[in-house]
Amino acid sequence: MSTATSIVTPVMPERHYLNDNYGIRSWLLTKDHKRIAILYLFSITVFFFIGGMFAALIRLHLLTPNGELFQADTYNRLFTMHGVNMIFFFLIPSVPAVIGNFLIPIMVGTKDLAFPKINLLSWYLYIGGATFSLIALVSGGVDTGWTFYAPFSSGYSRSPVIVMAVGILIVGFSSIFTGLNFIVTVHRMRAPGMTWGRLPLFVWANYAASLIMILGTPVIAITLILLALERGFHIGIFDPKLGGDPVLFQHMFWFYSHPAVYIMILPGMGVISEIVTCFSRKRVFGYSFIAFSSIAIAVFGFVVWAHHMFVAGISVYSALVFSLLSYAVAIPSAVKVFNWTATMYKGSVEMTTPMLYAMAFIGLFTIGGLTGLFLAALGLDIHIHDTYFVVAHFHYVMVGGMVTAYLGGLHFWWPKMTGRMYPEAPAKLAALITFIGFNLTFFPQFILGYMGMPRRYWAYPPEFQVLNVLSSAGASVLAVGFVLPLLYFLWSLKYGEIAGDNPWQATGLEWETSSPPPTHNFHHIPVVTKDPYAYGEDAEVTVVH
Amino acid sequence: MSTSQTTTTEHHPALAHQFDSMEQQQEASTFGMWVFLLTEIMMFGGLFTAYLIYRLKYYPAFVAGSTSISVSWGFANTLVLIASSFTMAMTVWAAQNGKRKVQVWLLLATMILGAAFLGVKAKEYYDKWDECHIPGHVIGKGFNAWGGCSATNKSLGNIAEEIRDPKEHGNPNVTEVSAEQTAKQTEIFFSFYFAMTGLHAFHMVIGLGLLAWLLLRAKSGEFGPAYYTPIELGGLYWHFVDIVWIFLFPLLYLISRHQHGV
Repeated sequence: MSTATSIVTPVMPERHYLNDNYGIRSWLLTKDHKRIAILYLFSITVFFFIGGMFAALIRLHLLTPNGELFQADTYNRLFTMHGVNMIFFFLIPSVPAVIGNFLIPIMVGTKDLAFPKINLLSWYLYIGGATFSLIALVSGGVDTGWTFYAPFSSGYSRSPVIVMAVGILIVGFSSIFTGLNFIVTVHRMRAPGMTWGRLPLFVWANYAASLIMILGTPVIAITLILLALERGFHIGIFDPKLGGDPVLFQHMFWFYSHPAVYIMILPGMGVISEIVTCFSRKRVFGYSFIAFSSIAIAVFGFVVWAHHMFVAGISVYSALVFSLLSYAVAIPSAVKVFNWTATMYKGSVEMTTPMLYAMAFIGLFTIGGLTGLFLAALGLDIHIHDTYFVVAHFHYVMVGGMVTAYLGGLHFWWPKMTGRMYPEAPAKLAALITFIGFNLTFFPQFILGYMGMPRRYWAYPPEFQVLNVLSSAGASVLAVGFVLPLLYFLWSLKYGEIAGDNPWQATGLEWETSSPPPTHNFHHIPVVTKDPYAYGEDAEVTVVH
Repeated sequence: MSTSQTTTTEHHPALAHQFDSMEQQQEASTFGMWVFLLTEIMMFGGLFTAYLIYRLKYYPAFVAGSTSISVSWGFANTLVLIASSFTMAMTVWAAQNGKRKVQVWLLLATMILGAAFLGVKAKEYYDKWDECHIPGHVIGKGFNAWGGCSATNKSLGNIAEEIRDPKEHGNPNVTEVSAEQTAKQTEIFFSFYFAMTGLHAFHMVIGLGLLAWLLLRAKSGEFGPAYYTPIELGGLYWHFVDIVWIFLFPLLYLISRHQHGV
């Protein structure tokens, strides 16, 4: 860290949220949003590595064209469990439930979220849902794909679909309660002077994601209930043999699951807005555009779901409308990317680890976003639908985007959460390894998909082997990039440099309290008088872009 | 949680540590409840949408299915629920005005009405069982659209036939195929009937649990003019569940039933 030679050596505060109370009960019954965030951090890390293990097995299996490692049926279970665990138990809670939980009350300047008990309840719901997922896992795993398409899932699959559906239902309520808590906190708990126009962009992004959580998640809940009823009691809702309509399932499923990808990416975008501004040492370019583009993404996100169904037999006219609307989502996404780059332009860009992750995010998200437009094009989608092109596209957004943002955010706020710095050199190395490994894993998949390799297949023609081997090799590099932070973060808990209140010289209320913060976040509730991101300017100076 | 909150004596005992004032706490809690009800609307909304889609698709079968459920019991239950909404609203009023005894009695009355609703619902479910109208062949005696076991009314297949497009009448092939399909389609009607009223009844059970909890707190004299938020929130939830029924009743029992004279 460049500012290690400041005049005053930073010291740990005597009392903070980590040593305020001891013992297992003080954690499991805590109502402190910061401790709940740490509980989430542990739990989702476990699921990240469970999901990662399945990914490793998939890539190992695909080293050879004829599927020599696993039976076809086992392979189906592997990619399903990878998808379900990563999406519902890692990506959706990742930034909101860990970083958002920790920061939102501090960023808006209050003592806790509006409903601390409900916040704790949502962690327990997460654990409850996770238990069901683990039960489904040890009883053989589910083989339907994470999309649970009927009628296969509701009538034919011989795997514990209902157990898995119950798990997702429960974890869905966990995310509803998190979203509810964030929305009420942002509306009703802001510190004096913290107007909507002064909210950090991270809060805006999480607010937008919360809107999707509360409006979308109940729909997947009822869809899974109907699916389980059809499977359990053979009542006809989705199965054509019973008079039902399988396309209705797809509509109801994607009505949630498309907006859900914005639950996954929006909070990540919020992280990037914070990091880019801090390490460009410049006021953020286009604050209100970034803020409202989050809301726009949340709104548009609800009206594009049928672009997953262009080949499922929906009418050409509705496909046309959904295609057009899907293109519209690119506008607010591009607004963000342009504003971040404009923020960096002529800034004093500092290449710290969080900034490396942020820049990786901008590049990878742009590729992921633009290839999304390929898929939204009605004609091209018929060619690349359900191929590895789709797999590469959403991994560029979800891993290249969200996981990168999550790691960037963890590095950025690690000193705030633990009071200690992570070691900079291995962290930079890990960021680099992740970036190389990621691209090596997923770029070949674009080519594979374009050449026609279908997703979810257990075997493939031998001419695709070179690219598959490249992809698997990349996955092993990527794994190193993900294990390294785990090691040095743990190391830093004991041996890391003491961080001090504001190691990055960043603006924002979270940097004005001690690191780690006291249980009630602030010794006195702050009064906000400045605009956000007043880097290198006095508070009174008006905005000059 | 360490109870290290500031010990200024003017704090109301019900004020949670994260709030600055009772007003802020009340506003936040009420707002939170409305947001929660929004999620409930989306959840029921998904189910209502699916119901309406199938209703358009299988119109004759759905009308036929709806003739076999009892309007009078459904109407009675509607009255019961509206009455319970009234007593619930009066409970909030009693709490606001510090009438503790009245508050407890009104809560009890609301609970009794809620239980009565569930009792009638159970009776209706039993009738469906008796008539072999339980969908799915897993529970019950096996679905039978043609009037079934102990049914006395006209068979549902015939009713659907009457409503069906006249062009299809007289063609023996169409009739034979359509009779089979009508059976399947009325079964879907009953699938939705049970899913929708079942989800609603589940919310009623949760509501009764909430009311029981409020009753215990109200008995200990916790609520008064200074603090009645839990009663108000319980009331919001209860009214919401009532309103869901106000939509369910016409959708399942009433519409298009009489225009065909069946």
